[in-house]
Amino acid sequence: MKSMDVVELVFFAVATFFVLGGGVFTVAARNPIRSAMGLLTSIVGVAGMYLLLSAEFLAAIQILVYAGAVVILFIFVIMLLGPSAMSERDTKTAISRYLAAGVFLASAGTALVLLARMAGAATKFAPAPAGFGHIEAIGHELFTGDLTPFELSGALLLVAVVGAVAVARGKQIDPTLHPQAPDAGPNALPKESAK
Amino acid sequence: MTSIPLEYYLIVAAALFLVGTVGFLLRRNLLVLLMSIELMLNSVNLTLVAYNRVHTESHAGQIFTFFVIAIAAAEAAVGLAIVLAFFRVRKTVRSDEADLLRN
Repeated sequence: MKSMDVVELVFFAVATFFVLGGGVFTVAARNPIRSAMGLLTSIVGVAGMYLLLSAEFLAAIQILVYAGAVVILFIFVIMLLGPSAMSERDTKTAISRYLAAGVFLASAGTALVLLARMAGAATKFAPAPAGFGHIEAIGHELFTGDLTPFELSGALLLVAVVGAVAVARGKQIDPTLHPQAPDAGPNALPKESAK
Repeated sequence: MTSIPLEYYLIVAAALFLVGTVGFLLRRNLLVLLMSIELMLNSVNLTLVAYNRVHTESHAGQIFTFFVIAIAAAEAAVGLAIVLAFFRVRKTVRSDEADLLRN
């Protein structure tokens, strides 16, 4: 039992390193591809913490949706933009720099106060009941009590896909409507917005 | 799996939220801004799952996290489409170039 605790602590420490190191790397990297890799590291760390919290189903969903879909989407867009996706050195950010410093100091102060108050009063978890966090229990709750939000989130995803396609596609000239249109390619922009 | 107390998870989640907030305020690259939003959503999800581990009689926190993940995926898709549309107009992804409505 004692060695299990050590294993858990090591697992938690590694996951924490992944989460926070990946987060800092995401925010600090100049190259957006490196930011995406930092985001991936952070997401894998969070999935590890879900495993520690006996949320196995959510850990799998986290890897599938975030690492498999969201990060890949980011990387597609970065590749599509090419070198212009790189961040130049940031100038003219004085106000938000002060704002960020303020947010950092305020939350660090709050965290220190909370840490001092909780000292010696850590909340230990009781052993999880059998089947907690398994897909069977979650599926039962999802398809009985929470059926309406589940269906609505399906509709939301459909609308998001249609909206993403509509926004990313831009204005296109339909060759069947304007047969004598000037020789513009299928992705040509109207003259006034091409800058 | 009970040796790590709840507060450790909450501290990690708060630190991750802080990293995301500072990144959102400091960076000017639209792609990094979207990634910072994803970091903040992840930290909130971690808090929800950790509290659900305390109150094990239902899975409300985990189901809420499930919906947050679905909405985050939709948000990333639409946000990246907006970044692409913005890039087509201004040939850059810097957020302070988005000033067409400034007089």
